[in-house]
Amino acid sequence: MDGPMVTMGVRHLGGQVAVVDIKGEVTAACEPVLMSAYEEAGGLGTSRLVLNFAGLEYMNSGGIGMIVTLLVRANRQRQQLAAYGLSDHYREIFELTRLDEAITIYDDEASALVGAAT
Amino acid sequence: MTEATGPERVRSAEQIELSVREASAGVAPRNDSGRWAAKVDRLDVVRRDGVRGTNVAGRRLTGPVQGFGKMWQKTYRLAAGAAVSPEEAITTWKAHFPEFWPAGNRFAGALTGISPGDVALLDLAIGGGVKLSTGVFVLYADEESFTLMTPQGHMFAGWITFSAEGGPDGTVVQAQVLMRANDPLYELGMTFGGHRKEDVFWTGTLTALGRYLGAADLTVTTRTVCVDSSRQWRKTSNIWHNSMVRSVLQTLAAPVTALRRRRG
Repeated sequence: MDGPMVTMGVRHLGGQVAVVDIKGEVTAACEPVLMSAYEEAGGLGTSRLVLNFAGLEYMNSGGIGMIVTLLVRANRQRQQLAAYGLSDHYREIFELTRLDEAITIYDDEASALVGAAT
Repeated sequence: MTEATGPERVRSAEQIELSVREASAGVAPRNDSGRWAAKVDRLDVVRRDGVRGTNVAGRRLTGPVQGFGKMWQKTYRLAAGAAVSPEEAITTWKAHFPEFWPAGNRFAGALTGISPGDVALLDLAIGGGVKLSTGVFVLYADEESFTLMTPQGHMFAGWITFSAEGGPDGTVVQAQVLMRANDPLYELGMTFGGHRKEDVFWTGTLTALGRYLGAADLTVTTRTVCVDSSRQWRKTSNIWHNSMVRSVLQTLAAPVTALRRRRG
């Protein structure tokens, strides 16, 4: 099986907020990359994790399943999960799968960070 | 063969590094348009022969976020061999999906097969001559996988992904369930025999598929992971939609309902 075609960079923005910049394809194969990014972002007392999907090129149902797994891990650590940068197509998928009820979706990073502060 | 794992799974940094391939490797990105179902708020149902068809119309879809019980990921795998490609295996699985189900259970899907947005109606044998009537929604479908999502009232809230992938010894077919029991009653049922029944169901399905595909070894491996051992008590009210309770009531009321229809 091919490895995942994705990169996930982590930015700590202070105020216990971290952003994960997702670029490429989100499928079940990228679980190790996502969980590694989570480990990096979730340390240092992070209470809010923001997923930046602006670089998302492709996502299948395995990818959605993995985001659910990430959500469980974040909830276990009492961390909030938010997202921004989703295209209309992927926003609809979040709504269809009802992930939007657990992950707050914002239009851009500024809104997501304001949301994080409130 | 069965393997059970606890809630935490940790991979080494070496594994992580090895599995990363830069997006800049020069491979054209895939396109998933047309593979996902269009957004729906509530399910519409087309009447189909051979199933009761209740407990689906007007229901909302439920993912693991909406369920009540512990979250489980259950993976069933079978080596289908080198004679069939992953694409051929999935094409066959989609085309003959109901035929691989264990006896006593009915899956009434669209005549066109399995396509994103389809709603299939199910009658599942739950014992005592009672059929649990529910349905599933085709959330996603491509050449190598398809995913079904459950509606309110189904035994579990979540999705099942059926996939096939090539390996050194040929194609491996897989069914993977990511689910929580939908309400406390189902959670009780899953705890006391429900999980075993589900294992038997999907093992039987994969065995039938493997036989159809000509697999030499029909051994199904099962891997069960408890992704989240906590229950979502705020979802207790999901019990209102419980399709098992409703199916029992519908079965008991069937003679009266038929009489009323006849009188008209």
